[in-house]
Amino acid sequence: MGPAETLFSNYIPVLLASIVGFVLVLSALIGSRLLAPFSQEREKSTTYECGMLPIRRASTNVGMRFYLYAILFVIFDVEAVFIFPWAVSFMNLGAQAYWLMVAFIAILTLGLAYAWKKGALQWR
Amino acid sequence: MSTAPRPATPMARQILEHRSLLQRAYALPGEVFFPLLFVLLGGLAATVGIGFLVVAGYLDGRWYDIRDLGNGTSHFRYWAQQQGLPPSVAYLTTALLGGIGILSLVGGWLVIGSWVERRLIAKFQIRQGPNRNGLFGLLQPIADALKLIQKEVLIPVGADRLLFFLPPILIFLPAMLGWAPIPWAAKMSYVDMNVGVVYAIAISSLGVLAVFLAGWSSNNHYALLGAMRTVAMMVSYEIPISLSLLGVVLFTGSLQLSQIVVWQQTYHIWMVILLPFAAFAFLFASTAEINRTPNDIGEAESEIVAGFHTEYSGMKAGLFLAVELGNAILVGAMMSTVFFGGYSFFGLETWIPGYLILATKIGAVYFVFVWLRGTLPRFRLDQLMSFAWKFLIPLSIIQLLVVSVESLVIAQSDLPGLATVGGSVVVNLVLTYFGVRAWANAIGYAPNEMASPPIMTNGVGGLRAAEQIRAGR
Repeated sequence: MGPAETLFSNYIPVLLASIVGFVLVLSALIGSRLLAPFSQEREKSTTYECGMLPIRRASTNVGMRFYLYAILFVIFDVEAVFIFPWAVSFMNLGAQAYWLMVAFIAILTLGLAYAWKKGALQWR
Repeated sequence: MSTAPRPATPMARQILEHRSLLQRAYALPGEVFFPLLFVLLGGLAATVGIGFLVVAGYLDGRWYDIRDLGNGTSHFRYWAQQQGLPPSVAYLTTALLGGIGILSLVGGWLVIGSWVERRLIAKFQIRQGPNRNGLFGLLQPIADALKLIQKEVLIPVGADRLLFFLPPILIFLPAMLGWAPIPWAAKMSYVDMNVGVVYAIAISSLGVLAVFLAGWSSNNHYALLGAMRTVAMMVSYEIPISLSLLGVVLFTGSLQLSQIVVWQQTYHIWMVILLPFAAFAFLFASTAEINRTPNDIGEAESEIVAGFHTEYSGMKAGLFLAVELGNAILVGAMMSTVFFGGYSFFGLETWIPGYLILATKIGAVYFVFVWLRGTLPRFRLDQLMSFAWKFLIPLSIIQLLVVSVESLVIAQSDLPGLATVGGSVVVNLVLTYFGVRAWANAIGYAPNEMASPPIMTNGVGGLRAAEQIRAGR
């Protein structure tokens, strides 16, 4: 089998499973559409604010610390993606690959230590 | 002067009168006891018969070998090829059957699971739990589903209608697709893909999108806050999950989940013994990933009503709850496949179908999840985030470096496996114990400087403004 057929045989079933799951969810939603009452009233569809009238749209400011964590996450997730191929073929690569990966991880760890020192990991 | 003995409380009396199972069995009336004995002896005889068949090798590789349903599938494909059908037809048929199999597994669990969870939590909290509808309250989930499907689905004012519609679907699909690479027996997995571990991580991180869509589109402050919290937490705990799975991949040298199970089978060891810290990191991080109770600050009902699904009602809210339940056993399946030997149990898998062994392990991991939920209070968000970034991630990185050396030694040295693997076990256990203690001592628990006390403003509200208003100024 060529790579194209392998791809086909691996991921066509995944597509099929997602279609089957989609059908299930959709049937649940359609069932609720058929069985449940629907009446549009303005009071009923106000957003939930513990009984008070909602003030403004809810697009409040997102805290700055979420962005810091998001940036850190991108760095470390990409790191993990780089390490996975290395981990699989590590046995055949020998000592040099090990030291290269140590250097790579050390640089990233320095970044984490810097973020820690700067207080980016402190939740304020 | 001696005090009279206090009368036993109802609880203590119950415990005193609670006889052992054996005594209860003797006390059964004859017309119950003998049929029960008959059934038990019959089961024993059947077990012996099956054991004979297995030992004699009558079953190996036949289509009726139910220890591994993959046999039946490959026989069906061979039969279809002989009938002259194109291979794609047989292929798609088996794939569709497998998809329906996964769906019925997940769906069956959703039917029974909420009952199991509520009963277990009730046992932990010394109360009854649902016990009214049907035998032992077994019909309770069905009653819940019937109620949910008849409830009106509201769409709040100002919600983005398309983005509000999508999340229940988007969050359900990963919970189902995550089952695809899990091996249930040697040849029995839906898709035995060669990048199973990466696929599992990728699929599990799709849920984040649905969570943020749900929180953003529902035009509700609580929903948005809950979505932000949940996304921050899921995103942070994805890194410990990846790093702990990397340790496993370094040992096995393969991303294929069936290969990981086979590695544990050949070395007769579970990954949880070899990599205790990775197993702990995976367990804790996955509770954060699926929003279960020690880490469910994203939907803490005492602070932000129901988190990101505050505005969802009826069947859509039901879907969110169902996905939470389904994800719990999905994570249990990943955990037991990667860290607890999957479908194998030290040779028992030749006697008992592998999928039953895996199901038992999933049940055990799920029980631990429920146990955590029944025992631990919620952690605060800042505690959770600093636990991920200051504790789990640095220690996982150190573990990664140690494990890569060990895996090289195991793969390349001429020493017997007992020496290398056993040495790694000892080294990892000792390093985990002392490393965790030393790191925890170094970081310590340093509470933040006290949050500023509430400030009374003069202009807008506060006591002085109230006095001014009362004075008529």
